[in-house]
Amino acid sequence: MIPELGHFALILALVLSLVQAVVPLVGAHRNSSALMGVGRPAAQGQFFFILFSYVCLTWAFIQSDFSVQLAASNSHSATPLMYKITGVWGNHEGSLLLWAMSLSLWTVAVTVFSRHLPDAFLARVLGVLGWVSAGFISFTLVTSNPFERLLPAVADGRDLNPLLQDPGMIIHPPLLYMGYVGFSVAFAFAIAALLSGRLDAAWARWSRPWTTIAWVFLTAGIAVGSGWAYYELGWGGWWFWDPVENASFMPWLLGTALMHSLAVTEKRGAFRSWTVLLAIGAFSLSLLGTFLVRSGVITSVHAFATDPKRGLYILALLVIVIGFSLLLYAMRANKLMGGGSFGLVSRETSLLANNVLLTVASASVLLGTLYPLFLDALGLGKISVGPPYFEAVFVPLMTPVVVLMAFGPFLRWKDDDLLAEVRRVAPAFVASVAIGVGSAWAVDHLTWRTALGLSLAAWVVLASLQLLARRLGERAGASAGSRLRSITASWWGMWLAHFGIGIFIIGVTMVGSLDRHVDVKMKEGQHAELAGYTFVFRGAVDADGPNYDAARGNIELIRDGRSLGMLTPEKRVYLAQGMPMTEASLDIGVFRDVYVSLGEQLEDGAWIVSLYYKPFISWIWMGCLLMGVGGVFAAADRRYRRLAARDAAAAVGGRAGAAA
Amino acid sequence: MKARSKRLMLVGGGVALLFAAVALVLSAFQQNLVFFHTPTEVSEGKAPTGKTFRIGGMVEDGSIAREADGITVRFAITDTAKVIPVTYKGTLPDLFKEGKGAVVQGKLEGGVFRATEVLAKHDENYMPPEAAHAVEQAQKAAQTVSQ
Amino acid sequence: MKAKFLVPLLLFFGLAGFLAFGLTLNPREVPSPLIDKPAPNFRLARLDQPEQSFALDEMRGQVWLLNVWASWCVACRQEHPLLVRMAEQKLVPVVGLNYKEVRGDGAISTRGMALEAETTMAIERARRWLSDHGNPYQLSVLDIDGRVGIDFGVYGVPETFLIDREGRIRYKHIGPITPESLKTQIMPKVEELRRAG
Repeated sequence: MIPELGHFALILALVLSLVQAVVPLVGAHRNSSALMGVGRPAAQGQFFFILFSYVCLTWAFIQSDFSVQLAASNSHSATPLMYKITGVWGNHEGSLLLWAMSLSLWTVAVTVFSRHLPDAFLARVLGVLGWVSAGFISFTLVTSNPFERLLPAVADGRDLNPLLQDPGMIIHPPLLYMGYVGFSVAFAFAIAALLSGRLDAAWARWSRPWTTIAWVFLTAGIAVGSGWAYYELGWGGWWFWDPVENASFMPWLLGTALMHSLAVTEKRGAFRSWTVLLAIGAFSLSLLGTFLVRSGVITSVHAFATDPKRGLYILALLVIVIGFSLLLYAMRANKLMGGGSFGLVSRETSLLANNVLLTVASASVLLGTLYPLFLDALGLGKISVGPPYFEAVFVPLMTPVVVLMAFGPFLRWKDDDLLAEVRRVAPAFVASVAIGVGSAWAVDHLTWRTALGLSLAAWVVLASLQLLARRLGERAGASAGSRLRSITASWWGMWLAHFGIGIFIIGVTMVGSLDRHVDVKMKEGQHAELAGYTFVFRGAVDADGPNYDAARGNIELIRDGRSLGMLTPEKRVYLAQGMPMTEASLDIGVFRDVYVSLGEQLEDGAWIVSLYYKPFISWIWMGCLLMGVGGVFAAADRRYRRLAARDAAAAVGGRAGAAA
Repeated sequence: MKARSKRLMLVGGGVALLFAAVALVLSAFQQNLVFFHTPTEVSEGKAPTGKTFRIGGMVEDGSIAREADGITVRFAITDTAKVIPVTYKGTLPDLFKEGKGAVVQGKLEGGVFRATEVLAKHDENYMPPEAAHAVEQAQKAAQTVSQ
Repeated sequence: MKAKFLVPLLLFFGLAGFLAFGLTLNPREVPSPLIDKPAPNFRLARLDQPEQSFALDEMRGQVWLLNVWASWCVACRQEHPLLVRMAEQKLVPVVGLNYKEVRGDGAISTRGMALEAETTMAIERARRWLSDHGNPYQLSVLDIDGRVGIDFGVYGVPETFLIDREGRIRYKHIGPITPESLKTQIMPKVEELRRAG
């Protein structure tokens, strides 16, 4: 009964999403505030029904109701409760429902936090979001009904894929989806602006905090996913350039460009056409990512649904949404020309250059991801594009981005004197190169890539410090406290995020240059050495869990004759699927991780053990954390609330004027 | 500076950047594409020597053997028609088994394929598409011969 | 509307065209060269009575499924409940081809094992599996060394072949059968063949 209620609720949500898609847009067109007012309750009602539907599905999982096909395929009576709950989205149907729910959540957030928007504009935004929502809910209902019954029920389920039975997987998909789907708000604002033909700075200001928050979610989602891959896949890699990773990384790159472009549009009124295109592009890449993952066009570790019918449905959705947006863009783009003029050397130019580079980088990732498909489609053979391609393209493209990123904030808006600015930062630049080359030499790994990476990181850190010092020195004579207070939250956000990139680069460079790995055969009492650490194998014991059998190795980690503790990697076999799994064990430190995983057991009782030394790897995630915190600061700037209040007052005043 | 020449410089910079990016992508493709070959193609000498490529197929039954160090593994990969011997140093993926599909990446050295990477699917007990493709090709070839 | 503003739209349509084409290249749907060809004949020992054999010819005149399975095959476990339900509803006769029961299992080393020992072990394992999970098969045959599997172009377990009254292979399903594929692909073809004959 409960699954049927969930199904019914989802149908009601579809009906409401169609109401939300049609009525407010008609209202905005006819200037009828009664019709426009329908958008808000429709969106909120839709969220209620999707949430209800989602809870029903979760209930089926928690209750181990194996007459529901999805629960039977992705859960098991012995699965721990936490993984019963997360198992809901560890599959195609459930993850679509999660997609629809996060879209709905974003929409409700817009209805709650954008009360100050002019009615017609809000109505158009809700209308656009309604169309996207209707597309996805109908996709779920037509091709991927999560409430499909399995009659008669099976005695027990097949359990969730063991790889997904992990704490990282509890938060990774919701964060990632909130980010992915969050760009739909920026998209809806852009389309609403195109529809209304009102494309001034106000639009950019309204959509800025939304874009930033979506970007924060996406950053966090990608970082958590990468951390999960690092410790769960058992061989210490943190980024694989896998098509599905790329699918989330491309919107991130374009979203980063969008955030910066919005800043220019808001402050200077320039780049309006470009900003609109980026808003459409970022959301299009989110949709494209969903298509790639869900259609099975690209084979990947993540691709669980390979049903051409589903692929066709999403492709149709993609063509309608993106095709319509780009057509609308083409029709209205000539209205977007012009805006604040700026000199060749100005903050605008530096942001434009970074924007273009980020877009090109995003396109190169897209090309690498789809190239095997192109060749296959043209009958030119089967190939794979691996990490070497992406690294070869990405490093040269990102190097100027990082150099400019640290230099750009020194430049003034509109026009600046290049020579003076260059002279100002030259000492930091020279020092960075010296530090980079010097430390590469000091760690005895003087390759151009290590030197480049460390130089870039030093440049970001030094230039950021210099920027901070300059900002604090701006109001000579004021007290230190008032100087600090004079800095806005959004400036701190920018500063922290940029600084985070520097930390991130240190992590990537160090782990890329200095990590060590060895596979050894070990028997009880034997030891192995790696990077100054001694690993003593203290035997393996049985360590069965609720839904798996496992052997747990005990490996003592010793450095300089002092024991640092016991590492306990496991080799598990999940019972329901008979699937073997490697569970690595880590000794995490600020400057290095030591990582151990068990291979197979040999006939003579010895084990194959993989030992890894990963210097500075936590810095990768620390960098991501700083970027995320920076985003939160930027979105929380008081300015938006003040301006919102002003806009609201203006809107009310305007309405009063119109009434009079 | 006049608005016109400024615009020209911006556009010129953009075009130069685009060309650089295209050149970069092309050269990266040139050097880093990993082609895929079936065991039959490899035994016919169609695969490059000294260049990294991938072979897909099934791990032949009874072919897995470990050397005394326990780390070096020898096995053979087959598309049911031809067999290619492979050596690999390291830990094998959890789902690597005899009679199952696998894809190996590495170089051919003196008739033996020295693998640097062994791939099996993460999420299910089924064949990687490249491996399936290899077996399928061999089946087709066998079919043509027998007719 | 200026032409240059249409560039993004055109680029996108080009991309969409490729993606649409990519959809037709579903890597799972490998066409089998054996489709519409006579199924390779075989004569193999029966699992329930190993002293008796079964030949493909014996099914002539019926539309039936040949399901390739093994107790070590994880994906078989996934489709098995469905097969059992199909048998209960008597949808279509299913013959099981037990494929490399012992030597296919990566956990067992068959080096130095005599064929008789391997056969005994295979029978014991396969029977235990069927009694644990239910036996949906009209009968099962033992393909100890996988030779018949090779004739059929089996490259993974499970696979299912749809064979018509004249003994021709009409459809090959790769991977576990799902309720969806049964409803939309296998059963319609079965009905069609039954009507045709």
